[in-house]
Amino acid sequence: MSRLAVSNLAASLGGNRVLKDIALDVGPGEFVGLIGPNGAGKSTLLRACLGLVPSSGDILIDGQDLRRMAPQDLARHVSYVAQDRDIAWPITVEALVDLGRQPHRGAFARPTEGDRAAVEAALERMDIIALRARRATDLSGGEKARVLIARALAQQAGLLLADEPVAGLDPAHQLALMQVFRDLARHGTSVVASMHDLGLAARWCDRLVLLEGGRIVADGPPATVLTADLLRRVYGIEAYVTETGGGLVVQPTRLAQTKNEQQN
Amino acid sequence: MTETARYRLLIAVLAMVVALLFVLSLTVGPAEVAPLQGLSALFADDDSLIGLVMREIRLPRAILGLMIGATLGLSGAALQGYLRNPLAEPGLIGVSASASLGAVIAIYTGLSALMPLALPLMALAGALCAVLVVRLMAGADARPLSVILAGVAVSTFAGAMTSLALNLSPNPFAAMEIMFWMLGSLTDRSMIHVWLAAPFMVFGWLMLASLGRALDALTLGHETAASMGVDMRRVQRLAVIGTAASVGAATAVAGAIGFVGLIVPHLLRPLVGARPSRLLLASALGGATLLLAADILVRVVAPGRDLKLGVLTAVVGAPFFLVLVLRARRQMA
Repeated sequence: MSRLAVSNLAASLGGNRVLKDIALDVGPGEFVGLIGPNGAGKSTLLRACLGLVPSSGDILIDGQDLRRMAPQDLARHVSYVAQDRDIAWPITVEALVDLGRQPHRGAFARPTEGDRAAVEAALERMDIIALRARRATDLSGGEKARVLIARALAQQAGLLLADEPVAGLDPAHQLALMQVFRDLARHGTSVVASMHDLGLAARWCDRLVLLEGGRIVADGPPATVLTADLLRRVYGIEAYVTETGGGLVVQPTRLAQTKNEQQN
Repeated sequence: MTETARYRLLIAVLAMVVALLFVLSLTVGPAEVAPLQGLSALFADDDSLIGLVMREIRLPRAILGLMIGATLGLSGAALQGYLRNPLAEPGLIGVSASASLGAVIAIYTGLSALMPLALPLMALAGALCAVLVVRLMAGADARPLSVILAGVAVSTFAGAMTSLALNLSPNPFAAMEIMFWMLGSLTDRSMIHVWLAAPFMVFGWLMLASLGRALDALTLGHETAASMGVDMRRVQRLAVIGTAASVGAATAVAGAIGFVGLIVPHLLRPLVGARPSRLLLASALGGATLLLAADILVRVVAPGRDLKLGVLTAVVGAPFFLVLVLRARRQMA
């Protein structure tokens, strides 16, 4: 069964149609990269799949209608890493990651062994064990990003939706995060992550979904989506695309001629 | 686990301080009653004057100090958590201003002179109006910002109507009475006030206390909280109605007492590891501590001058607020 099955999805924000006629199916263990220019609707699509923005059409999470699921039940099926990394209060990193266990706990229940193990695993996976006692608000941007992802991992949902998770990470941590997502996928978790780094998306994702103006214009293995033609048309860029032994390499080189001329 | 241990210790210490101040509050007053004599008279079943003073004057005053302080501390902590803003306070959603307006109308029309209970009842009605308007204006929109905007609008309107009542007051005595009432005080309250306010307060406390988990999740923003299973509409309902019921009742019996709800959560936050759920109980006890202490202070510092409780908390609170703003500005720079 699909982890996420979306059909006929449409959404409006402030009177503007932001998503139109979206159909998307994500199976267990898939690592899907969501790409597209600014304003293409990537974030809105992720938020719609969590019921955070009003939308029409069908969204099924593990076969259940999203809109009929109780919030806490939904949270056991889907976890989310928001683009916004604002942390309101100086709680410790450990307490923050433990918040991911909330959907699994009763209102006044104490953490169980399972909760603690999940938090430990998430801390270890994101390489933040050394930060556990630090105040989350004192961390650097990249450290905050990793802590917030660890929080989502501790939620142990079958589907992880991440909005630009690599933004602000140094190259080593970008690669480490891609490795984490790939490992999760190998163990059956489905990951959908929006991203702007086409090179990373090309090398690490099983599948890419390209959005433009609220529609999906391409969906498939990276090699079929990241063609020079499509990149020129959707992003207005010329890119160096080549298949190497280590995988697909995509390097944007310059703005496409036509757009350049229009700007001049 | 050291953080949990420290939290338990804090709660135990605060609870003891509250108990101590409660007893101390019973022993302070214009009537010259020896502390032990008074305390034993409290439990004696006789009609002695001392017993009367203790049961009818001092006991309600101490109980109200404890309950109102707890209300202000708890609702301040809950609202700061809900709005994710350390400058939030119970007055922000318009309840205090509207309850005051209800009371002012009762004084202005002379209703309160005919029937003393009309004042708190009208104040409660004012608080109810505020919560209806805020809920209507914030509507289905679960974002905390709409609650702030609606609250500011309601506060401003209620404040304007209160000014109008002062402006048109029939005689200077009515204006004086309105002014004095608005300063906030626990003087000359009876057990009737306690019984009137208690049900609303307890109802509000239960609603606010149930928010702990949601407030913890809100540390990460309302969208992330929603993705973690927090029903943001339910949270808005509980936060607004819980604050309105408890703070509305507090304002109805004691007038507007500012700054307690702002300062107490702020002071205690570092001591509970900044966790919003732990701040709730700690702030309730901290609020009770502060208000009982302030109410003892107004009786000790200026006996016979009827120094208003709200004036004292504001005199102490305003400079503190200034420091808060300055520190926040320095952090942003």
